[in-house]
Amino acid sequence: MFKAALTSSKQARAGVRWRVPVAVVAGVVLLAIPLYADRFWLNLGSFAFAAAIGAVGLMILVGRVGQLSLAHSFFLAVGAYGYIWLSSPATEESWGLGLPSLAAAVVAVALAGLAGLAFSPLAGRLKGIYLGVASLALVFIGQHVLFTAEPLTGGYNGRNVPELSIGSFQVFGVEPELSLFGVPLRQAERGWYVTLLILALTTVFAVLVLRSRVGRAFAAIRDGEVHAAALGVRVARYRSVAFTLSSVYAGLAGVLLALLFERVVPEYWDLFLSLEYLAMVVIGGQASVAGAIAGAAFVSSLPLLLQRYSDAIPGMGGAVSNFGPAYVAQILYGGMIVLILFYEPKGLAALATRARKALTPRRPVAADRTPAA
Amino acid sequence: MAQLLSMLVEGASLGAVYALVALGIVVIYKSSSVVNFAQPSLLMFGTYVTASAYSLHGLSFWVALPLGVAAAAVLAVLVDRVLVARFRRTQAVVAASIMTIGVDVVLLTEVDRRIGSQILTTGDPWGNEVVRFLGIGVAEARIAALVVSALLLVLFQLWLHRSDFGVAMRATAEDPETASLMGIRLGRVSATAWAVAGALAVCAGLFIVAYPSPGLDTSVEAVALRALPAAIIGGLDSTTGAIAGGLLVGLSEVLVRGYGEHLAFLGQGFEEAAPYVLMLVVLLARPAGLFGIREAVRV
Repeated sequence: MFKAALTSSKQARAGVRWRVPVAVVAGVVLLAIPLYADRFWLNLGSFAFAAAIGAVGLMILVGRVGQLSLAHSFFLAVGAYGYIWLSSPATEESWGLGLPSLAAAVVAVALAGLAGLAFSPLAGRLKGIYLGVASLALVFIGQHVLFTAEPLTGGYNGRNVPELSIGSFQVFGVEPELSLFGVPLRQAERGWYVTLLILALTTVFAVLVLRSRVGRAFAAIRDGEVHAAALGVRVARYRSVAFTLSSVYAGLAGVLLALLFERVVPEYWDLFLSLEYLAMVVIGGQASVAGAIAGAAFVSSLPLLLQRYSDAIPGMGGAVSNFGPAYVAQILYGGMIVLILFYEPKGLAALATRARKALTPRRPVAADRTPAA
Repeated sequence: MAQLLSMLVEGASLGAVYALVALGIVVIYKSSSVVNFAQPSLLMFGTYVTASAYSLHGLSFWVALPLGVAAAAVLAVLVDRVLVARFRRTQAVVAASIMTIGVDVVLLTEVDRRIGSQILTTGDPWGNEVVRFLGIGVAEARIAALVVSALLLVLFQLWLHRSDFGVAMRATAEDPETASLMGIRLGRVSATAWAVAGALAVCAGLFIVAYPSPGLDTSVEAVALRALPAAIIGGLDSTTGAIAGGLLVGLSEVLVRGYGEHLAFLGQGFEEAAPYVLMLVVLLARPAGLFGIREAVRV
């Protein structure tokens, strides 16, 4: 018992020793990339960062509270279409409130949170897989609304996304001209920096929440509902808190994705998108913040990379379009969900732990240490 | 009136088909506490085997059908034995259920690729005649679906309540540990449950693609997925519930489509969302489903 405590604190210290330099190096590299990379890679990164925000939100729910949700694409859509509705001016055939775009973005995220809160009678009461199936309902109801509520969503053809600007500063645009070390900061560069900044802020917030009393209540519910209740954790309330928090993250990711897409169509926000986010979380190791971000980077970049390099991969490009990038990407996500849960449920997070252990110099174990009683 | 009657018959027929798929989900849940999200893909896979044996390889329906049923049953058992069994010891049922989502994605993607833009028929013997009675006309295939499904459901209930295996399965659902101590082999119980679920899914798939549907194409999986709300509406741990849930889902879908012009304010095509709305309403009133037993914990 005592020894177990000792080793774990030693591991924790080793973790901290590595964490700071790794974070600094990663930060510098991420900030420097727009100075060298071209548009393709910057867009790839922006989409990955936006998706990572959504993945962190789902990770809190699935990995830390043990609740399954397949409704993530619904809350992403609430954020995206909420922003469009709030910021577009009203016209003959479409609704809009014409709010200033920054206010619209903030209110759209709050709307997604409200939608999550409105689901709390079910999110609080239903457990684990039951919630997973119940949340399917939101995806299908959402899809129905997206296709039929034409004044709101533009129906089948979708709707343009108004620009986000603060005063005269276009956050994802070109005005006013800016440059860094002689490199002009246009759409792609700004997209990279803005999504990266928001991802960093939301990640820090998620880590703080998970380390707080709330985060410990989440873990207690996941590890044993009855024990948690006996300790005074209000299970239903914390479950709905987690669900609402995850829908806020999804809403924020949805707003950013919409801004990056510039035009959104309903078929994007379907059940398969929810499964993609689930794949991000599972690939990342279910309960790890860094894992979810890595999983998001992998899952969101994969189809774009396959698209770009499909000619170079034998059997994919050319006439045999049967094995197109979408097919390969789907087989890979599905297969990775199965294989990772089968061989290494801790996913990419476990790889990081192993790498750290391998790099930390091991002290020789004293001969007189016997296994703890 | 005649319109309502014909809708009720059609809804019941579609509902009985959903009940078959939902029953598979319930049987798997009772035997291993795993929600099998791969059920729609088992349906697609088995139905594809049957349809391609008939349409592409020229086998007769009566050869193609057992082929499809057997293929889905064998695949289901493989999924259970190779993948899901690993989680049985640790009781990680959420992880096991998420894994079935992965299986579903892989299987559906591959079946979709093989189907492509084709519409395959199974060569079923019901043809496209319409039977008239009581002043209404109903497709023969719908009557066949209703009769055959009802027969399968009755047989299944008898099997579950009368046979030794049924007793073993119900004992496992009640308390796996005690059942195991009594000499019931849990692995065998769950493998049988998966095999039955696979076979039932293909029987249902056959009727989903029969007349008046043009045949098997990639849109069938969205139909098959509605078995999940059916299972939840009835209660995941109740076979009676699966039948009730299937019927409710089938009826709601057909009635919403039939009265579409009165429900125009809900938008066109609301019938596809109706089963899910129904599920939310039922869950709000009864979180364990209509026939489900609410889990009580004694400390």
